[in-house]
Amino acid sequence: MGADYSQVEPIFQAKCYACHGPGKQTSGFRLDDAEAARAGGYGGKAIVPGKSAESELWLRVSGKSGHMAMPMGSKGLPAEEAARIAAWINAGAEFPTTLKATAKRTQPRHWAYQSFTKPSGNIDGFVSSRLAKENLKLSPEADRATLLRRLSFDLIGLPPAPDEVRAFVADRSPDAYAKQVDRLLASPHFGEKWARHWLDQARYADSDGYEKDWARPWAWRWREWVINAINRDMPFDQFTREQIAGDLLANATTEQRVATGFHRNTLTNREGGIDNQQFRFENIADRASTVGSVWLGLTMGCAQCHDHKYDPIQQKDFYSMYAFFDNAEEEDIEAPLPSEKDVRGAEYTAKRETLIAEYKVRDLQPDWEKNMLQTSAEPGKRTDWDLAWDCLLKLTEGGDGERIMRKPVTKRTQRDKLVLETHFVRNYHFAIGQPAYKKLKFDELDKKLRALDEEYPPLSQAYTIAEEPTPKQSHLRVRGDYKTLGIPVEPGAPSFLPPLAKHDGQATRSDLANWLVAPENPLVSRVAVNRIWQELFGAGLVKTSEDFGVMGSRPSHPELLNWLAVEFIESGWSRKAILRKIVLSATYRQSSNARPELNELDPENRLLARQSRLRLPAEAIRDAALRVAGLLDTKIGGPSVKPPQPDGVTALGYSSGTKWQVSPGTERYRRGVYIHYQRTTPYPLLSNFDAPRSTVTSCRRTRSNTPLQALNLLNDPVFMEAAEHLGKRAKTIDEAFELALLRKPTAAERARLERFVAENNTTLMASVLLNLDEFITRE
Amino acid sequence: MTNRRKFLASLGSGFGMVALQHLLAQDGYSAVGNPMAPKAPQFPGKAKRVIFLFMEGAPSQMDLFDPKPALQQWHGKSLPPSLTKDLKLAFIKPTATILGSPRTFQKYGPQGMDISDLLPHTASIAGDLCFVRSMHSDQFNHHPGQLKLFTGHNQVGRPAMGSWVTYGLGSESQNLPGFVVLSSGSGTSGGSDNFSSGFLPTTYAGTPFRSTGDPILYLQNPEGIDAAKQRARLDALRDLNEMRQTATGDEEISSRIHSYELAFRMQSSSPELLDFSAESQATKDMYGIGQEATNAYGTNCLLARRMIERGVRFVMLMHGSWDHHSSINTGLPKQCKTTDQPAAALIRDLKQRGLLEDTLVVWGGEFGRTPMSEFRRPEDASNAGRDHNPNGYTMWMTGGGIKTGQVIGKTDDFSLNILEDKVDINDLQATMLHLLGFDHTKLTYRFMGREFRLTDVHGHVVEKMIT
Repeated sequence: MGADYSQVEPIFQAKCYACHGPGKQTSGFRLDDAEAARAGGYGGKAIVPGKSAESELWLRVSGKSGHMAMPMGSKGLPAEEAARIAAWINAGAEFPTTLKATAKRTQPRHWAYQSFTKPSGNIDGFVSSRLAKENLKLSPEADRATLLRRLSFDLIGLPPAPDEVRAFVADRSPDAYAKQVDRLLASPHFGEKWARHWLDQARYADSDGYEKDWARPWAWRWREWVINAINRDMPFDQFTREQIAGDLLANATTEQRVATGFHRNTLTNREGGIDNQQFRFENIADRASTVGSVWLGLTMGCAQCHDHKYDPIQQKDFYSMYAFFDNAEEEDIEAPLPSEKDVRGAEYTAKRETLIAEYKVRDLQPDWEKNMLQTSAEPGKRTDWDLAWDCLLKLTEGGDGERIMRKPVTKRTQRDKLVLETHFVRNYHFAIGQPAYKKLKFDELDKKLRALDEEYPPLSQAYTIAEEPTPKQSHLRVRGDYKTLGIPVEPGAPSFLPPLAKHDGQATRSDLANWLVAPENPLVSRVAVNRIWQELFGAGLVKTSEDFGVMGSRPSHPELLNWLAVEFIESGWSRKAILRKIVLSATYRQSSNARPELNELDPENRLLARQSRLRLPAEAIRDAALRVAGLLDTKIGGPSVKPPQPDGVTALGYSSGTKWQVSPGTERYRRGVYIHYQRTTPYPLLSNFDAPRSTVTSCRRTRSNTPLQALNLLNDPVFMEAAEHLGKRAKTIDEAFELALLRKPTAAERARLERFVAENNTTLMASVLLNLDEFITRE
Repeated sequence: MTNRRKFLASLGSGFGMVALQHLLAQDGYSAVGNPMAPKAPQFPGKAKRVIFLFMEGAPSQMDLFDPKPALQQWHGKSLPPSLTKDLKLAFIKPTATILGSPRTFQKYGPQGMDISDLLPHTASIAGDLCFVRSMHSDQFNHHPGQLKLFTGHNQVGRPAMGSWVTYGLGSESQNLPGFVVLSSGSGTSGGSDNFSSGFLPTTYAGTPFRSTGDPILYLQNPEGIDAAKQRARLDALRDLNEMRQTATGDEEISSRIHSYELAFRMQSSSPELLDFSAESQATKDMYGIGQEATNAYGTNCLLARRMIERGVRFVMLMHGSWDHHSSINTGLPKQCKTTDQPAAALIRDLKQRGLLEDTLVVWGGEFGRTPMSEFRRPEDASNAGRDHNPNGYTMWMTGGGIKTGQVIGKTDDFSLNILEDKVDINDLQATMLHLLGFDHTKLTYRFMGREFRLTDVHGHVVEKMIT
């Protein structure tokens, strides 16, 4: 049997080129180019000249590899063909020098990946001309009460007060509506409402997410940054730069470092058996795919294990994005708010030192450290110390226990020392057993230290990421398995999008941030305005706001989308400016009433011949009930709160991480955006009304309609309490109706409620109002 | 019109659901659709509903179902290095010493199935069970393991098995949620992830039935509101909502009315569901109700039967914890005493009522345990426990198309690795869906640009398991 290339070429052409040839290079492997074929695929070399048995190519086509046989879906090539390939490899696997692919890769034609310009026109023009094709016109403007209620929910997430509605109805000036828009855009509640949408995308939560699901007492500090940034109308490009790479900005401020907390919303598993490397990998992969979703509207996560099935995202593209985050480590920092004073002066230190000395901590800790390091070097010798070591890796609070312990004592910061010492005091029993631990009275010391910390609270902390000084070599992971390293990859942009400009050496997260908001990026501005549009109309112009890729939906109004995107950039990436433009349009101001002629033509309201009636998001339902009852505590910012919830909600979770201690005073009436989100056992209202699970990014909430929602509104004490207060605030049925729904009842509505009150009481009547479809809907 | 609707709503579950849907459709309800309406599977399934007896924390297979005399001989020694070369365990190191099992085993049922002295009641129904001794997971920590078991994948965010099943089949119940979760013992690592609808609509999420307070959150009327007042609230709500529907033309409002009526029916039917007075004393005794050890789990098992009788599609009983890292020789007997009798009673009861034929029952944990010992307190020998082992463990199943009276699979002499008939978690899921009438590769939902399914990208139907 001959062994030159002519023997195998027909096989390659017929059986392999479809996926590994000119059109497609699945897993980065191609056979139509000598150089590329020798280089191999994502997993490394596929051909070892002279050694067919070591060549993945032959192993695959003969069905002898541990992985999928090739061609795909078969059990391998016919024996005769596989043998020919083996012979060719064994003879040296010579390719003709002329075998050179001409076109490296064709650029995809998909609309979202193309550059675009600003079409001439305006919002209403684009919408009306599309409607004209169907012989349709916009609906008339909604009545003023409905309009202000809509605008208020959309801009600040709260209903207006009846006198605000009355003032607006009475205002005959031509800019009456614009004045309301500006008033609401300037409200500090604006930041709360629009932060919530961003928190969904950032998978924000107040707990770890896995198993013990420890609370994250300082997660709110990043939320605070978001609310402030949005209230100040921080331009979206800066908003992007600070969150992607705030730590790398020149002379980064504390706030800019806090911004990187976006990436700390990943989940943490503290189970003993977890491999920290696995979770580090999963977190970085999640950071990469979340950035892909949030900014690019791409389902990058699909390319974690293999090339994207539909979009031109190669697995290598995913790991190029991954590489940006591979070099960042988690770091908890002090991040005081402007009003905060450090109360931990010399007094605190002296008291702490006294306690530490009294319990002889320093006599024992060095020996513990020595033993721990020894255990880590020789695992399996002493099972109790193995467990203690594992706990250091998983249970250290406020820092990385292992990193600190491996630092020479002289190199440790004050913070390092505190973190390790505290861990030691709390967890020494893993090493020496409870009886010995109790003899040392370390449990007592721990209580005293906690009490001291309560007396002298620390400055607010923030969870951030920070770049490591020495760049790390990242690798593609074959089949997405963190243990199987593939080819080395450099940080970079997906190859089918405009190239990323870098300064020198390896591209950094700063370069990534700049690339995202560069004018030539075809996705970021369109993805961002589309999500803003979605929040105002119930659906984006691209309905699949999470997916601008090939499988996503096409824009209903492509020109309008482009216009908005450029307008957004031209306005200096101002969220408030673009929102103002949209809510001032006649398209936004239309009535949401159904139009029978649209039932068949446009049941989903894609053409926008009317506004949409939209059930309010979970938080807004509760906020609105508390607001109309006069109970809402409108304080802005600060730590998360725990309103009362039925006993046993947290019992479904595990361990003590999920204790629910109700917040004092009026804190229980704070807005929903501040409710502590415990990932494994969320506050019931949030789950019932479709708040996302906060485990992966979410840019589009569903609006379900379930009996559990009905039970929640009918019987939850919070809503009964609101009903009682609403009933007391109003002297008449009309007044109660107006407080709740901001309009007068019709005669029929009034008559029905009168009949009801006669048989029942005003609290119950108010509870009926709070349960109305209209109350939980923005019309 | 209103009276007609009231009439329809009052029919409850006794009325054929298809007919009810038809009538509701005539009244305009189907314009928005009830997502929980019963749906036909892709092909006729042998099982119509599922009871999953989840033993949280991982029961020890070699102390219950998979006797390994070699453990006694190797007690105190390390495994041969060939077995531990690439072994990664949660807490212990691969060189940890073997822990012999003090349990005694006998053969039960016509096929002679090995069951330990800790499970006498399960032993008495052995012939009705199918044991799989070759279960396999790729996750060896609880939360990821439970996610794998219930959502098919080790990371959070995907829909639970019960959500997929109700998404595919809807529910036969007009008065109860289609997917119900009961729990006893300690909480679970997975928490609500084990019954979350993930990216499926919330409609398909599992509804926890609580053992204290309201069985369903907010099921009780607020203080001072009796059933008549509640009804009055609903009547007023319905009338006002209908007025708003006329004013706005929004058909979604009728769907809201429908949800409120279902909520009310849930309220009115759950006392009957929870009221065991119509059950005979013999039945209650069989489940161990009234006995301290078995009362909680027995109550849940009996509730499970009553729920499926009332049309609930998927009942999940979570019971924790079997996570015996320490003191397994006292902890394991205790858990067995709590659950053995009620679980066996449930099977017996389902069988005698003719429900077992089309009810699929699955018993098991997220993984198994190691033959090696774990000593958290090395100075105390009675402290010995076992670590997590996902590479070979036992589950059992019965009913709804399961071929019973057989043992599938075989592990090595230490019950460490599988020798024959590996059944991965995704295979179990594929088989369960198959029995319910679905090709697991075709029950999908599009999310983030991809068609997702319960079995991720894996899973094969285990033919041996089915009749």
